[in-house]
Amino acid sequence: MSKFMTWVDERFPATKVWEEHVSKYYAPKNLNFWYFFGSLAMVVMVLQILTGIFLTMHYKPDSSLAFASVEYIMRDVPGGWFIRYLHSVGASMLFIVVYLHMFRGLLYGSHRSPRELIWLLGMLLYVTLMAEAFFGYLLPWGNMSYWGAQVIISLFGAVPGIGPGLSEWIRGDFVVSDATLNRFFAFHVILVPLLLSLLVYLHIVALHKVGGNNPDGIDIKKDKDASGKPLDGIAFHPYYTVKDNLGVAVMMTALLAVVFFVPELGGWFLEKDNFAPADILQTPPDIVPLWYLTPYYSILRAVTFEWLPGGAKLWGVLAMGSAIVLLFFLPWLDRSPVRSIRYRGWMYKTALTLFVITFVMLGYLGTRNPSHVDLGLLTNVTWSQIGLVVYFAFFLLMPIYTRMDRTKPEPDRVTG
Amino acid sequence: MKKCIVSVLMLLMPLAVSASGGAGNLDKVYIDVSDQASLQRGARTFVNYCLSCHNASFMRYERMATDLGISEALLREEMMFASDKPGDLMVTAMPAAGAKTWFGVVPPDLSLTARSRGADWIYTYLRSFYADESTTTGWNNALFSNVAMPHVLYQWQGTRAATFEGGGVADVSSVRYQSVVPGTMTGREYDAAIRDLTNFMVYLAEPAKLVRYEIGFWVMLFMGVFIVLAYLLKKEYWRDVH
Amino acid sequence: MAEDKAEDSQPNRRRQFLTALTSAVGVAGAGGMMVPLVASMAPSARSRAGGAPVEVDISELREGRMMVVEWRGKPVWIVRRSEQMLTDLTEIRDQLSDPDSTVEQQPAYAANDHRSIRPEILVLLGVCTHLGCAPTKKFERGAASGVSADWRGGFFCPCHGSRFDLAGRVFKNVPAPTNLEVPPHSFVTATRILIGLDSQEPA
Repeated sequence: MSKFMTWVDERFPATKVWEEHVSKYYAPKNLNFWYFFGSLAMVVMVLQILTGIFLTMHYKPDSSLAFASVEYIMRDVPGGWFIRYLHSVGASMLFIVVYLHMFRGLLYGSHRSPRELIWLLGMLLYVTLMAEAFFGYLLPWGNMSYWGAQVIISLFGAVPGIGPGLSEWIRGDFVVSDATLNRFFAFHVILVPLLLSLLVYLHIVALHKVGGNNPDGIDIKKDKDASGKPLDGIAFHPYYTVKDNLGVAVMMTALLAVVFFVPELGGWFLEKDNFAPADILQTPPDIVPLWYLTPYYSILRAVTFEWLPGGAKLWGVLAMGSAIVLLFFLPWLDRSPVRSIRYRGWMYKTALTLFVITFVMLGYLGTRNPSHVDLGLLTNVTWSQIGLVVYFAFFLLMPIYTRMDRTKPEPDRVTG
Repeated sequence: MKKCIVSVLMLLMPLAVSASGGAGNLDKVYIDVSDQASLQRGARTFVNYCLSCHNASFMRYERMATDLGISEALLREEMMFASDKPGDLMVTAMPAAGAKTWFGVVPPDLSLTARSRGADWIYTYLRSFYADESTTTGWNNALFSNVAMPHVLYQWQGTRAATFEGGGVADVSSVRYQSVVPGTMTGREYDAAIRDLTNFMVYLAEPAKLVRYEIGFWVMLFMGVFIVLAYLLKKEYWRDVH
Repeated sequence: MAEDKAEDSQPNRRRQFLTALTSAVGVAGAGGMMVPLVASMAPSARSRAGGAPVEVDISELREGRMMVVEWRGKPVWIVRRSEQMLTDLTEIRDQLSDPDSTVEQQPAYAANDHRSIRPEILVLLGVCTHLGCAPTKKFERGAASGVSADWRGGFFCPCHGSRFDLAGRVFKNVPAPTNLEVPPHSFVTATRILIGLDSQEPA
């Protein structure tokens, strides 16, 4: 075996790569529960690719066949229902894991210098993932797929000047049609997965260049032993491989529980209206994207002020776009002298709590009729307008409150 | 470990609130797809009445027979009217173009109605027909106003008239029925027959439902063992870390 | 220093055991999850429904003629052979590679001189046993067939020149290794054949 490895190593740096990134990659020893979600995201992504390949063998990207081909998978293909549910539940699971992963960043300042590039690549991954989900959601060609795509593509019509032409170009037709389905299929199964794989690779390379952050937000590389190993670091393998293995086991159990017992999850993972085929003459009563996109959808719908120059639609689209773009600037908006929430003052803690509540609230409101009253006192649209203000304030006021905040001194070495 | 449990709860959090919402004025129906006798009775009603005009074009006769424990002989003799091959899809003999002229609309495919509308909706709908001279078919429905479908099961339920409390707007929550001609079934028998039919349509919308709970149980058991092992393994290695 | 602790034998053995056990269970789980994925590539209910037996009416099939029906997406030939054709079968035996149908290319009830249930009715799968081309029928005798001067009628595969007689038996020195396949079939009535379902009558 060693002879074989020598032969390989002379031609390909297999052992070197293994040691650099796995067996002699030293991660902080104090990583907690929140540090599961990076590797979990990768596991779910592999699962999505795998199930996706098998679904592609049976699915037909043709507007007259697509809906029936999904039901064909659900009924006629041996094991097809399992593969399909794994893919549809997996999509939601990936977003759950990614949102928790991003929240971890906000919690411990993982986006702060010198990890800005990791954050930027991660944000690109997130946006690309939303595109992947959006393209994939059209494929079952259910009525919600259809009208969801219709609405989102129409957003591009708000771009001044070229808007209407742009929407038509994206659709390849005057409405969402066979042409749209065909190209979305190409994006969903080839283009975007390739991009995602590339971005995951870059995300990890960037992470391993600077080394991971930890719940204390301090640098573990400044205290090393004689051999150059950080005193507070432990080898990724075996310590974090066995730990992540436990995380994977728990997550897979949750995922499979949903797949087998509640694959629709009360309409959150598979919507009722999507079990009726796309019907150009009949819009569902409430057009709603799946939950992972609804916070932004809420922001879009919150802008109802007709007096804005250019009209409410344009500003709604701009608000939605900038809500995502602002996340990219986080490393530079945050001016706190410390990284981790453990050593920050009450201001950031309050701001982050408010932000999380707002984000969840916006997500919920995005699935509701704007004119209804679901949260008491105010209509849903008013609540989402409040949410919009909090959302933007969190980012735009960040340079001020993070600097004003009374922080605690960071420890020299990691705490438990 | 406590944190692991918290994470599971967090992942299942969306369960607490249903995204679909749904109308609150539907009658609740008790669904049990493991009740094979009920599914068989429902299937019989379905192929005799519904399938005359509607399709269930994603379902095969053979699958239904196998899943519901119906013998091939019985299937061929009493349940297949539009086809002679058990492997065929359950498609009506009625041509779509003819249906369009007779009813004004093509009767929708029923394969997935229980998933797109819900079981409660089907159960309520099939029990909300009443006689109404103003419509072309002579029938109307309190849940689905001016529906093109006539009351196919009127011989069972009998003919009923309806009045609506407060202004006469047709609505399922304000309707009061009066029997005009009694049917061959009592109200309770009719409800039971519709419950069987609804039960069958829930199965029809997702045949995998019959197996997925059971497989799921074993998978959960397996995963439980794996979690315990993964936990022990992690503990074992992490004894090194101080 | 941390790793040093693993050196004392007791925890080390426990560690090895747990690693092996967890790996084995993990691999079993991953394998189990692959089962439905791999199984999904097997013929679906639709394919199987398409592969159901096909009933054919042969009352219109005249002597010396052939009809083609589709079964499982493959062409099935049905030939009503004349007396002359049946006699020819016995006279070319020495030119054939497997005249007695010893290779299992037919159900037991067709493993006879005429490779059929009723001598005159031949049922064959029209797929060349060489590389799956579709042979063409050459029923004329002699040079008129375009095959050879002593040709007694049969099938000729245009792809690689394999030749078969009127019972689907392969000639010597051609690329095809075995006789053409006789699909399972049975007679429902004297004029109706069910292709795809084995005959219950003894051979």
